[in-house]
Amino acid sequence: MVDWPILSLTTFLPAVGALFILFTRGEEEVVARNARAVALWTTLGTLLLALVLWARFDVGNPGYQFVEKAAWIGDGIGYHMGVDGISVLFVVLTAFLMPLCILASWEAIETRVKEYMIAFLMMETLMIGVFCALDLVLFYLFFEGGLIPMFLIIGVWGGQHRVYAAFKFFLYTLLGSVLMLLAMLAMYLQAGTTDMPTLATTAFPSGMQHWMWLAFFASFAVKMPMWPVHTWLPDAHVEAPTAGSVILAGVLLKMGGYGFIRFSIPMMPEASVTFAPLIYGLSVVAVIYTSLVALMQEDMKKLIAYSSVAHMGFVTIGLFTLTTQGVEGAMFQMLSHGIVSGALFLCVGVVYDRLHSREIARYGGLVNTMPHYALVFMVFTLATVGLPGTSGFVGELLVLVGAFQVNTWVATLACTGVVLSAAYSLWLYRRVVFGELTKEDLKGMVDLSRREWAVFAPLVAATLWMGVYPEPFLKAMRGSVEQVIVAHQQAVAKAKAAELPAGERG
Amino acid sequence: MLYGLIVFLPLIAAIVAGFGGRALGDRGAQVVTCGALIVSALLSGVAFYQVAWKGQPVTVELLTWIDSGAFDVMWSLRIDQLTAVMLVVVTWVSAVVHVYSVGYMAHDPHIPRFMAYLSLFTFAMLMLVTSDNFVQLYFGWEGVGLASYLLIGFWYHKPSANAAAIKAFVVNRIGDFGFGLGICGVFLVFGTVEFDPVFQTAPGFAGKTFEFLGMKLDMLTVICLLLFMGAMGKSAQVPLHTWLPDAMEGPTPVSALIHAATMVTAGVFLVARCSPLFEYAPDALAVVACIGAFTAFFAATVGLCQNDIKRVIAYSTCSQLGYMFFAAGLSAYAAAIFHLFTHAFFKALLFLGSGSVIHGMSGEQDMRRMGGLLAPLKITYVLMWIGSLALAGVPLFAGYYSKDAIVETAFMAGGKLGSFAFVMGVAAAFMTAFYSWRLLFMTFHGQNRHPDRHVIEHAHESPAVMLVPLYVLAAGSIFAGALFAQAFIGEGSPIFGASILVLPGHDALAQAHHAPLWVKLAPVAVGLAGIALAWWMYVRRPDLPGKLAAMHGDAHRFLLNKWYFDELYDALFVRPAKWLGHALWKRGDGKVIDGLGPDGIAALTLDIAKRATRLQTGYVYHYAFAMLIGVALLVSWYLYRGGM
Repeated sequence: MVDWPILSLTTFLPAVGALFILFTRGEEEVVARNARAVALWTTLGTLLLALVLWARFDVGNPGYQFVEKAAWIGDGIGYHMGVDGISVLFVVLTAFLMPLCILASWEAIETRVKEYMIAFLMMETLMIGVFCALDLVLFYLFFEGGLIPMFLIIGVWGGQHRVYAAFKFFLYTLLGSVLMLLAMLAMYLQAGTTDMPTLATTAFPSGMQHWMWLAFFASFAVKMPMWPVHTWLPDAHVEAPTAGSVILAGVLLKMGGYGFIRFSIPMMPEASVTFAPLIYGLSVVAVIYTSLVALMQEDMKKLIAYSSVAHMGFVTIGLFTLTTQGVEGAMFQMLSHGIVSGALFLCVGVVYDRLHSREIARYGGLVNTMPHYALVFMVFTLATVGLPGTSGFVGELLVLVGAFQVNTWVATLACTGVVLSAAYSLWLYRRVVFGELTKEDLKGMVDLSRREWAVFAPLVAATLWMGVYPEPFLKAMRGSVEQVIVAHQQAVAKAKAAELPAGERG
Repeated sequence: MLYGLIVFLPLIAAIVAGFGGRALGDRGAQVVTCGALIVSALLSGVAFYQVAWKGQPVTVELLTWIDSGAFDVMWSLRIDQLTAVMLVVVTWVSAVVHVYSVGYMAHDPHIPRFMAYLSLFTFAMLMLVTSDNFVQLYFGWEGVGLASYLLIGFWYHKPSANAAAIKAFVVNRIGDFGFGLGICGVFLVFGTVEFDPVFQTAPGFAGKTFEFLGMKLDMLTVICLLLFMGAMGKSAQVPLHTWLPDAMEGPTPVSALIHAATMVTAGVFLVARCSPLFEYAPDALAVVACIGAFTAFFAATVGLCQNDIKRVIAYSTCSQLGYMFFAAGLSAYAAAIFHLFTHAFFKALLFLGSGSVIHGMSGEQDMRRMGGLLAPLKITYVLMWIGSLALAGVPLFAGYYSKDAIVETAFMAGGKLGSFAFVMGVAAAFMTAFYSWRLLFMTFHGQNRHPDRHVIEHAHESPAVMLVPLYVLAAGSIFAGALFAQAFIGEGSPIFGASILVLPGHDALAQAHHAPLWVKLAPVAVGLAGIALAWWMYVRRPDLPGKLAAMHGDAHRFLLNKWYFDELYDALFVRPAKWLGHALWKRGDGKVIDGLGPDGIAALTLDIAKRATRLQTGYVYHYAFAMLIGVALLVSWYLYRGGM
């Protein structure tokens, strides 16, 4: 289709930018200015590449596109890249959020700007790599590598308790990943290859599937995060700098969901059926539990972090319904959440930059001095509430429609999230934005600057676009999702058919 | 094109006024929104003539919305007879309220924002009534909820307004919880969420069951009840009614438009729209009728004792919505929609009239501080009389035709349900008349009781820009009943055509003409009795109400505190939710998960490390001893293995 390796370019362009920044020398001020500029242009270039990728993506082809393949280590392990309808949108999402992150850090980060920008650009390479990799080893490298820059971003540029948060984040995720690595080794030993498309068509024995599923689950559940391994998220978010939170909520959390649909469901179809009730149970608990907890938060970022866990609960429910609506809804919910929760963290960042406090009680009545900010914040609050016409609604509704077909209990309990999300979101908004402006230091707060508008305008546009006309997004994922579901049904049917004669014999 | 203009003109106006408010100025925003709404209202008249009068429903498809597998939803405009009636109600009342707001909000610093919200609301409401599927209906449904939230909290510096706004949104969301599941249920059963295919295949699913929450239940009944849950929230039916009285925190034009004439009637519209489903779910219909009848009665009792002029009318709205629901529950959808139609006029008139009073009294809403306004507000007084006469169902006024039809239907429906609805309906009619005239007498008669002399001296009639809209509504309150009764609920209900389905056995409305004379006279008679009693208690013997309240203190407090619903919900839901949230956070996340998980492991690791450090004491004999033990263990293990 394309002669030039667009995926590798998209993936490694940020790394090139990072290298470039690494070698800039001179006065600290000048270096910082250059680092910012290079980072912005690099991420914009990457975005352009990602958009070209999306435009050239053939929605009629459910398989992998733009495939690049090269021998790498030995026979089994290769450099294999490619995207299908499931991953292409995540690449676009990542590339879309990055320039906004750089812009949001423009003034907020004053120390070690050079290192900060390098960390972010490396982060982008690793994140895009995760969604493009089609080889287990490659995937694992990108997946785990992403931990390091994030660990540094939280640990170096974070808030007061940044070290605790950074370690908690690192250890939690690492523990999960170790188990995943074991499962990957087992896969390699069984199938003799680390090529993901090949593995997806390999039928692993039923018992092995179950063990592998649990090992992968350990990693993805932490990433997601699912209840009860979610407690790293509020701490990480609270301590991370604004842009770090955006990337964390916007992209890193999506890797869990991506992993489920890329590994667990196609490679371990029987185990996915067996463990679906476990997923439902944990997700429903997550939706209700974390929504209630969010209701009582006093820290803005913590509140949004807990609401993220609740929203991710919808994603896991949707994925494991294995219905068209459920899976597409989950995918859409991930994209929407990436934009909306990222935007909410940016909203917090705006007032944090001015007052250096995340405490809800410190605010109130901001609408009087910051009407534009109030409007922008309102749009994203409504999107997180899932108001029809915003992106949040489409995913939520499709997940519920999917869940209702499989299990009415799950749908009903998950639906309580609809009520609770309205309660905590609107209450947060009311306490921050509405009310009388009584606090002295709030009176001098200035409304959104031009740079901040440049950050929010694309996010608002995306939120409304996805809400009113989601077709371009749904169209891109349609074929590949259908393929995953059909392949899964066939695999399960085959396994059942194989079991029957065995049962008769016994 | 015509229909597109009706629906999208208000949206365009909202965007222009909302974002261009600073450039346009207050006057510009008012001209844009009022102009758009008046054009939209005139076009709706044309649409009404074409669709309802000539009987030519149309559907216009606009754009794909959500397409996921078999779940395929379009943005589209469906204009059938039922929609045409709603279009007229919504755009006319909205246009009138827009014009009225020019006068009422004249002194507010945020005029463009207010006008933009009003137009946005109108757009959402129009999307709701023109929807061709359940999902777009839900879009409009939530959209009006959003506009309602924004307008209730319009004066954002008031904590009570903010609280009321959130309450309205969240309570409505509880209803929408059911609505959303209802949509899922429709898709599960019918495989589509579009109205036509769903309604056409509904008879085939009558009496079939599916598994819901572990129980085998009748499909259509479950779906209808879930949808009705949404209707209960939006239309403030017991037990989801608590938000409506609080919603009166919003500016009065909002109360007239959203919380009286249009948005709160969306639930009734939903039930009428889904009549092809409800008709095959008799149990669901019975629930609708029961809840409606009880709400009609309950809200009227609360209305008896309220002192805030707007809250009296708010409870009255709640009660009248109850009438509409029990009519719908008895399959008299046409009567329900007819009452919705007449109610829109006289209730908007009453609200805007009370707005005129509040405006004249410099913002005072407590009727105990009013009185003697007859002289300064003569025109408002006459208009309020017209509205109250229509509300009380006095013959020849609009409410008479619709309310009588409903009460007669209840009688003719018979059985336990019909009789219950009939008794509740007549009792509510008596109380309605009583509290309406209580309001009139307390406000306009006697001496002005306001403590501030300036307010009394300053009391003044409203300007023409507020009065002209009132004249329009007054005309509607007088004539809308007589003019349209034949078309809406006459023999054969010609106006609704195929848009409402009534099964052969459910024809209580058609039988209503044959009700005995005493049944026909009963609502009027109790209404007149109520007026007389109000006159006796508030004009003839003004000392009586106080004495009565003192004598029956508990009963009075019970009604004054609205049957303690708010307190009950606070104790049952709000406080436990907060407590649970706090407990799950501090104990669940903090102590259990973190305590046993990361922090616990970290502490354990640290502990082990410390002990390990203690082992490394540096004394040689310690190490030697440890080595000895090690060697001993190793040797014994080796011997043991070898011995095997």
